[in-house]
Amino acid sequence: MIEIANEMLIVGAALVVFIIVCLARVVLGKTIADRVVAVDTINTQLVAALVVLGAAFSQISFIDIAVIYAMLAFVSTLYIAKYLEDKA
Amino acid sequence: MIWAIYLLFGIGLAFQALGSVALHRFPDAYTRLHGATKCTTFGSIFIYLGVMLYGAILFMEGQTSYAGLVSHTFLVLVLIMVTNPTGAHAIARAAYRSGIKPKLLVVDELRGAGK
Amino acid sequence: MAVIATAFVFSMLFYLLLTAGSGNIGIWSLPELAFAVGFSAVLALVAKKIFTKLGITPTRKLLNPKRWALLLVYAVGPFLFSMAKANLDVAYRVVTGKIRPGIVKVETGLKSHLATTVLANSITLTPGTLTIDLDEKGNLYVHWIYVKSKKPRPEEVCGNFVKWAGRIAE
Repeated sequence: MIEIANEMLIVGAALVVFIIVCLARVVLGKTIADRVVAVDTINTQLVAALVVLGAAFSQISFIDIAVIYAMLAFVSTLYIAKYLEDKA
Repeated sequence: MIWAIYLLFGIGLAFQALGSVALHRFPDAYTRLHGATKCTTFGSIFIYLGVMLYGAILFMEGQTSYAGLVSHTFLVLVLIMVTNPTGAHAIARAAYRSGIKPKLLVVDELRGAGK
Repeated sequence: MAVIATAFVFSMLFYLLLTAGSGNIGIWSLPELAFAVGFSAVLALVAKKIFTKLGITPTRKLLNPKRWALLLVYAVGPFLFSMAKANLDVAYRVVTGKIRPGIVKVETGLKSHLATTVLANSITLTPGTLTIDLDEKGNLYVHWIYVKSKKPRPEEVCGNFVKWAGRIAE
C-alpha cells in the first residue's frame, strides 16, 4: 500500500496554478487565435488535473469525466477553428 | 517505486509549467502554439504514466478495482496524443486563413500557394 | 463486411478498456463481457447503416495487426525520442527567446489520407515544426520555428518520419 494522495493533491494544485498563468493569456489576448491557443492549453492541463485528482481520491468516475472532457474540448476547438475560418 | 512516481510527476509538471510560460514568452499565435502543444502534451504523458504506475502498483497488491484506473488513464493518454496535435493544426490553419499574419517570418511558402 | 468487423472490434476494445477491473474472468466480470459483445454487435450494425448512408468506406488497414504493431514500435521508439528532443528544444527557445520562424513546403509523396494524418500529427509533436495546411498532392505546409534552409528536403524537417508513416499507413 502506498500513500501518496497528498502529493497528488499538490500536483493538482500546481496544475491549477499553471491554468491561472494561461488564463492571463486569455485575458491579455491581442488576437482571437492567441486566446484559442490559451484555452486549448487550459483544456489539456485541466484534463491532466482531473486524472490526478481522480487518482488522489480513488474515484475512477473522475477519469471518465476527463475522457468526456477531452473529447468535448477537441470538438469545441475544431468548432472555434471553423468559426474563425468562416468569418474570414 | 514511489520515487519513480515522484520523478514522473516532477518531469510532467516541469513541462506543463514550460507550456504555460511559453504562452507569454513567444511573440505570436503560431509560435505560442508550438510551445503550448508540445510541452503540455509531453507533460501530460508523464503525469498519466505516473498515475498508471500508481494504479498498477496497487493492482499488483491485490486491489483489482485499480485496473480501471490504469485502463481509463491509458484511454485519456491515447485521446490526448491524437486530439492535441489535430486541434493545434486546426487552430493554425484557421488563424492563417482568417488573416492573422505570423510575425518575424523569414520565408512564407503558403502565401504563393493560392490558399 | 469490413465496416461491421472494424466497428465491432473497436467498440469491443473501447468497452473492455472502460470496464477493466470489474470481476475475475481475466479482470472482467461475466455480465460485462456479455454486454460488451451485445453492445458491440448493435453498434456495428448501426455504424454499417450510417456509413452506407453517408457513403464512407473505411480502409481495411485499420484491421491489420501488423500495422498496429508497427505503430506501437514507432510510438515508443523514434517518436518518443524525437518528442523528448522537441521539448528540450522548445525549452531552450522559451528560455533564450531565439526564434527564426518561417513557413516551408514539405513534399511528402504520400498518397493515402491515413498516412498523411500520421505524418502531420508526428510533425506537429516533433522538433520545432507545426503543420498548418496541406494541398491535394499531399504537400504539407509547415511552420518551422528555426528555419535552417528556405527550400528544405523532407529529411531536414521531419527525419525519417515519411518512411515510417508510409510503412504504417500507406
